[in-house]
Amino acid sequence: MTASSLTFPSRLWLSVWCAFNVLFDRKLAASVASLRAGAVEPSALPAPVPVQKVDDAPAASSNGALQLLSLLQREGRFVDFVEQEITAFGDADIGAAARLVHEGCRRALHAHGRIVSVRSEAEGASLTLAQASVDVKLVGNVAGSAPYRGVLRHRGWRVEELTLPRSIGAHDPKLVAPAELELS
Amino acid sequence: MNAKLAVGIDLGTTHCAMAVAPLADGAGGVDVVDIEQLVAVGALAKRPLLPSFLYFGHESEPALTLPWDAERRFAVGELARARGAEAPQRVISSAKSWLSYGGIDRRAGILPLNAASDIEKISPVEASFRLLDHLNDAFRAARPEQGELSEHEVVLTVPASFDAGARDLTVEAALAAGFDQVTLLEEPQAALYAWLEQNGEAWRTHLRVGDRVLVIDIGGGTTDFSLIDAVERDGSLELQRVAVGDHILLGGDNMDLALAHVVGQALAAQGKELDRFQLTALAHACRGGKEKLLSDASLEQVAVVLPSRGSQLLGGAIRGELRREQVEQYLLEGFFPKTAANELPRARPRGGFTQVGLPYASDAAITKHLAAFLASHAFGDAATGSARPPTAVLFNGGVLKAPLLRARLLDTLDGWLAERGRPAVRVLPGEDLDLAVARGAAYYGLVRHGRGLRIRGGTARAYYVGIESPMPAVPGLEPPVLALCVAPFGMEEGSKTDIGAQELYVVVGEAVSFRFFGSSTRRDDKAGTTLERWQPGELEELPLIELTLPAAGRSPGDVVAVQLQASMTAIGTLELEAVPQAPITPDERWRVELSVRRAPSSGA
Repeated sequence: MTASSLTFPSRLWLSVWCAFNVLFDRKLAASVASLRAGAVEPSALPAPVPVQKVDDAPAASSNGALQLLSLLQREGRFVDFVEQEITAFGDADIGAAARLVHEGCRRALHAHGRIVSVRSEAEGASLTLAQASVDVKLVGNVAGSAPYRGVLRHRGWRVEELTLPRSIGAHDPKLVAPAELELS
Repeated sequence: MNAKLAVGIDLGTTHCAMAVAPLADGAGGVDVVDIEQLVAVGALAKRPLLPSFLYFGHESEPALTLPWDAERRFAVGELARARGAEAPQRVISSAKSWLSYGGIDRRAGILPLNAASDIEKISPVEASFRLLDHLNDAFRAARPEQGELSEHEVVLTVPASFDAGARDLTVEAALAAGFDQVTLLEEPQAALYAWLEQNGEAWRTHLRVGDRVLVIDIGGGTTDFSLIDAVERDGSLELQRVAVGDHILLGGDNMDLALAHVVGQALAAQGKELDRFQLTALAHACRGGKEKLLSDASLEQVAVVLPSRGSQLLGGAIRGELRREQVEQYLLEGFFPKTAANELPRARPRGGFTQVGLPYASDAAITKHLAAFLASHAFGDAATGSARPPTAVLFNGGVLKAPLLRARLLDTLDGWLAERGRPAVRVLPGEDLDLAVARGAAYYGLVRHGRGLRIRGGTARAYYVGIESPMPAVPGLEPPVLALCVAPFGMEEGSKTDIGAQELYVVVGEAVSFRFFGSSTRRDDKAGTTLERWQPGELEELPLIELTLPAAGRSPGDVVAVQLQASMTAIGTLELEAVPQAPITPDERWRVELSVRRAPSSGA
């Protein structure tokens, strides 16, 4: 499967998967970093490389990602949402579901960590960067040397704190949601 | 050697919290301890609050493993609360409310009430013990260098309205958990201590001699009122708790359920029937919606979405909405109506046979309960000019995080004050209403060592023993009961009453039980005072108390004259002892058991 053939839900899924695996898997982070350094266009970023890593990622490093998925599913039905084919539904249905997912996932993330903006300036404001910084990605007419003058397009996000639930006992962390059987 | 800590524990009806403060001078302030707990099967996390729920695992499930117990078959905390909706027959909630309910034997295995057949039921005392035991384990896990809670000074909070028996049972649970150095503290006082701690010395600019602080504490399951006066003693300002309210089983959970009911009916009218699972989800969703509407006055409605139970999220979801006027009508007008100061709560209708269940407040109007409290303790008698209305308010409890509810309470209260020609109350700004009680309790641990201002108070009620009046028996009529005051209002820690003149007669070798009463309004009765009559509602009947005279040194069946002596222990519990008129050893006395195993109706 090539990157361009991925559906929107799959891409959303992948982006979250990437975000947290980069956080927990040094090797993967390094390869994504080199990929990024070599990338000319940002659109080339969601490379298929991580997809191949899913199966052979060591259990220990993916545990954090699995815990996060469990958490987002438990609190915000995240996996249900992303795994459902949504093209046939109207915006009202999708909106209702999005509210639910948004509220639950947000509550879960806020209860377990702190995500802050990288830059505090308003998006659209002019900004002068005295020096290049890994915090700020330059886009557009990327040439010349510091100081860099431009318009802030995205404030960026940084995870300041993230304490995920940890796995305990004989529970299989890959079981992000068990099936449910109601006894009457 | 470990540095000793003061540990404050809020053993709440819906949540527990824990805070610590080093006892050594200058070693730092109050810190909240995050409590490790199972949040889902196989997932462990730390949270500032431990939901006060207990779940009994089923044979189909693996062990509910904790770091300190691999084979555990039960869980407390977030997982237990979540299972409450999924498998209600296996979950205990509100154990604390059962602890204060004299209508049942609180040491008997009765919970969960409608337990599945494979569960060995436990008592309210045992359920409280398990919560405390979890806190102990979580403390050890969070601060391994500081050992067990038993090595530190624990302050455990109880509702101000807990009677002597419920306080005893709370201590029983704490001792079972190994807390050898435990002290009880009333929750509204703990909230004020948290405020004192937070303000440092600046609190003196907020409170002056003559101020009367009304603490309004509305938690998930209970509502509690107290009055605390700022008085002058020996030239300096002192705080004194002068009154506490009755036990009101009414809180935020009732409000969420009421809103869920309203939204549920609207959905049913559209032909969308909800099952039990969806109703629980609806109550959760309504809580979220309520919080949004109550904190943002510009919102007119919020969507309340109930996910389908299956894995297909879209299509199956039920969408309802919670509108501002509904919140205003059912929450503000239902729970916080703007009523007159003389409008008192509707009394519970006396039914014949009732199911075993908690004595929930029969009137949901919290403002009416507040009016009743102030009528008894603050507004006094206009004719005699005994009125001492509050001048300041401190809010506590999760419900009162909502600005609209605080505003409604203030508005109502200020209206009552204006009618009496009194100025509006000042609001003492509190922070973090969920954790204040635990923080305040830890701070109180420091205060006990002279590190801060102490709130004086003593017992919040006077206690009476019922004795049958000596009169000829009339068939069909119960002999009238006299109430002998054995412990006056406001007994301070470590104090004892004098032995009164009134004698009681007990039979050696037999358990003798007495009716027992408490009053939060009769403040001037001394130990030994005998009441022949009292106003309705003035005395509340408590569970029976019981005395067994051992046969040692006497002949079984002999009748012995005894007098009762009350003492207030350092822990904060009331102790009643029977002292024989003619002792056969110099220190002969027997302990009277409070909160015995029978309901008042079955023994009296």
